[in-house]
Amino acid sequence: MFNYAVRRILQSIPILFIVLTLVFLIVRILPGDPAVAALGDYASKEAVNALREKMGLNAPLWLQYIRFISDLFRGDFGISAITGYPVSTQIIRVLPYTLELTFSAILLGYIFGVPLGISAAIRRNTFIDYFNRIFSLIGLSVPAFYLGILLILVFSIKFPLFPVVGGGDITNLSDNLRHLFLPALSLALIMTAYITRMTRSSILDILREDYVRTARSKGVADRIVLYKHVLRNALIPIVALGGLYAVVLIGSSVMVEIVFSRPGLGKLMVGAIKQRDYTTLQSVMVLYTVIVVVINLVTDLVYKLIDPRIKYD
Amino acid sequence: MPTEMTQRQRMWSAFMRNRTALVGGVLALLVVLVAIFAPFISPFDPLEQDSYFRLMGGSSKHWLGTDDFGRDVLSRIIWGSRVSLLIGAISVALGMLAGTAMGMVAGYFRGKLESLIMRSVDILMCFPDLILAIAVTAALGSNLFNLIITIGIVMTPRFARLAHGSLLSLKESEYVLAAQAIGVKAPRIIVRHIFPNIFGELLVAGTLWIGVAIRLEANLAFIGLGVQPPTPTWGNMIREGVDVLINAPGISVYSGLSILITILSFNLLGDGIRDMIDPKLRGE
Amino acid sequence: MSDILLEVKNLKTYFYTDEGVAKAVDGMDFVIRRGETLGMIGESGCGKSVSALSIMQLVASPPGRIVEGEILFEGEDLLKKTPSEVKKIRGNDISMIFQEPMTSLNPVFTIGNQIMEPIILHQKLDKEKARKKAIEMLDMVGMSSPEKQIDNYPHQLSGGMRQRAMIAMALSCEPKLLIADEPTTALDVTIQAQILELLKKIREEIGMAVMMITHDLAVIAEVSDNVLVAYAGKALEYADVKTIFREPKHPYTQALYDSIPRLTDTKKRRLEVIPGMVPNPLEFPPGCRFHPRCKFTKSVCKEEEPELEEANNMHKVRCFIYDENKAGLF
Repeated sequence: MFNYAVRRILQSIPILFIVLTLVFLIVRILPGDPAVAALGDYASKEAVNALREKMGLNAPLWLQYIRFISDLFRGDFGISAITGYPVSTQIIRVLPYTLELTFSAILLGYIFGVPLGISAAIRRNTFIDYFNRIFSLIGLSVPAFYLGILLILVFSIKFPLFPVVGGGDITNLSDNLRHLFLPALSLALIMTAYITRMTRSSILDILREDYVRTARSKGVADRIVLYKHVLRNALIPIVALGGLYAVVLIGSSVMVEIVFSRPGLGKLMVGAIKQRDYTTLQSVMVLYTVIVVVINLVTDLVYKLIDPRIKYD
Repeated sequence: MPTEMTQRQRMWSAFMRNRTALVGGVLALLVVLVAIFAPFISPFDPLEQDSYFRLMGGSSKHWLGTDDFGRDVLSRIIWGSRVSLLIGAISVALGMLAGTAMGMVAGYFRGKLESLIMRSVDILMCFPDLILAIAVTAALGSNLFNLIITIGIVMTPRFARLAHGSLLSLKESEYVLAAQAIGVKAPRIIVRHIFPNIFGELLVAGTLWIGVAIRLEANLAFIGLGVQPPTPTWGNMIREGVDVLINAPGISVYSGLSILITILSFNLLGDGIRDMIDPKLRGE
Repeated sequence: MSDILLEVKNLKTYFYTDEGVAKAVDGMDFVIRRGETLGMIGESGCGKSVSALSIMQLVASPPGRIVEGEILFEGEDLLKKTPSEVKKIRGNDISMIFQEPMTSLNPVFTIGNQIMEPIILHQKLDKEKARKKAIEMLDMVGMSSPEKQIDNYPHQLSGGMRQRAMIAMALSCEPKLLIADEPTTALDVTIQAQILELLKKIREEIGMAVMMITHDLAVIAEVSDNVLVAYAGKALEYADVKTIFREPKHPYTQALYDSIPRLTDTKKRRLEVIPGMVPNPLEFPPGCRFHPRCKFTKSVCKEEEPELEEANNMHKVRCFIYDENKAGLF
């Protein structure tokens, strides 16, 4: 198992490399001159050129690429021409907010979604089931940022319980959680809707399998058939697809951060695009893809844990 | 007697019996009709400003109220449906065309071509939809045409994966092997034998993913990367509405509701169609 | 203690579908004595599997339902027992093995885990003792190196080995009755022979009764003491195995027998086929259910349905040819 994990990590590296290259190219395609963006439209040509030299933008593309990769390896994300600060400082400041937002949403999605899905499956076609399915469907159809806005309306106008702006002090647990609650809820409700649906259909599929009948023929109690024989098999596609949806969730987290004015990679990214701060932009995109690759890796490993049929190579 | 109905009639009656598909289909049709007949049903010109009636709530004149420029919210919502549906439908169509072609070619011919295509798909899918969309929009610009291209690009890998997977499983099926044994050539096999069987899955996916495309467009618009004002789009309207959220929540709430209902209708429709097709595939 | 282990009386199991009511089992009667092997033979769709599932109450419950009948196991009606009482019997007094060993075993658990499950459940042994017992069972079913195989997953075993594992699982609590639903159909012929030998051996060792369901006459001949011929949800003929082969009375049984190609056939003899198809359980033909395919049909066969009656000692037939009142019409 350990060997498998190591091998999968090694396999991710070439993919990561290509992705980094893609990020590099995309950022270079973007219109607008970052030096002009930094100095303003009225700056002199000499000043602009000087800044371009300093930013290394006049060098040939392949040289810029090599610098880009080697800088990344040293953990040097460069200096933002717009703010003048090192990008890594900015990223380190906001990264924890994004991480706690996305991972709490994913976790909550599973924690609530799986039991809800199970109850919907075993009470198939009853009131609880229909209720569940309608809510899930709505949860899947609502854009995360709209849900966030609705939550803001409820919690700022009706019941001012939670702050609706900002991320709070990350070192102060209660302040942190109070600021985390509404944004995480916006995402978690949607993730729960998705997992509930997946769980319900997966369990219904597994219930049809022959080996469930075999288990019952041995006299095994219904509860044990469900939680031992059915659930473990049902979790396999749930984990796989949940992992895919988690990646979508990361995209939605950008929107939630904007709505709640919450510090994070998303807010950083959108700001960077608007200001043509390409150094920051490429670093943020790199980081996002690293998160995605990590999520895919974790999904793979969990999958392997549950399903013994996967070969270790 | 059942055998007297044609295949088409049977599918239609199955559609009618399936409430999910029916409700979704009716709703989606309504939205489409609103978009098509916008000029006729919209009570006001969506761009017409009226500084005396700014930020009014619902009234008999302006059913859903007015926005910060005195424009009628209901009219803007009606006209906004055009942008959402246009972008949603065409980008999905583009993505389906490009993605399915790529996926089927990769799946049928295998080997290096398959590796190349599917690896590219894997790479693209390392980017969350929205982040890729933001980056490409920043590169291409945010007018209607380019937005369609952008979202089409984002949707392509999904279709490629779907088509590739379906093709791989169908390729080994016996009727394909039989056709190959008789000597039918590759393109004909793909078109006549494989495609009709993938068609159902593609239809379901396409319907469901229109919702994804519409959501992406709304997301971009909310960030400010969508079709630019003063053209009304639902995403824009929510953004403008946030500034006046406490005084006039209606602007954001109603435009968001329109997005929700539209996406919901396509989800219902897609789900319903899938229910109809699936039992047939599995064999009752 | 009565000789009769299982008595099924007028069992009717129907399936309620969108297209109508499928009467999969429509009045089955049979008896299995202790230590006896009853072979149930019939083509697909004749209700044999559903009868077996009905005994275990494993019929998929929507859309299926046992609408009538009694299933007396050691004198007590299983259909009147509570669900937990039924669960005590399953895997313990009555066990079942199924046709497809690949899909009938849970892929995410080792075969050891699955064999130990009924042992721990019914015999209340602790894990260590249960594991020992499971290894013994694997040994009994002829699995080589059972102490290693016990930790394998189903996908690591071949079809024959999986079936052996299933048999070990079903026998682990020494049931009084084993229901075998086409256990060898999915296996190739050599493995089939081995599995049948195994079943015969175990049956002798434990004194177990067996209900062997199959569509293969050769299997019936090999293992059965008595034979029941099923068709369209009913029993058409019942006799001991030698009589069924030497003197088949029902036209269907005769036709089944005739349709087997023989080594002694000359090249000129065409294969006998039974014309027509098995009737749709949604719509059975009126009168005798076999009449559309029968060589001897007369008009009475189209109108009335014959009863299952004794023609000779212990030889029952459902056909008007043997009905003393109607025999003259033929």
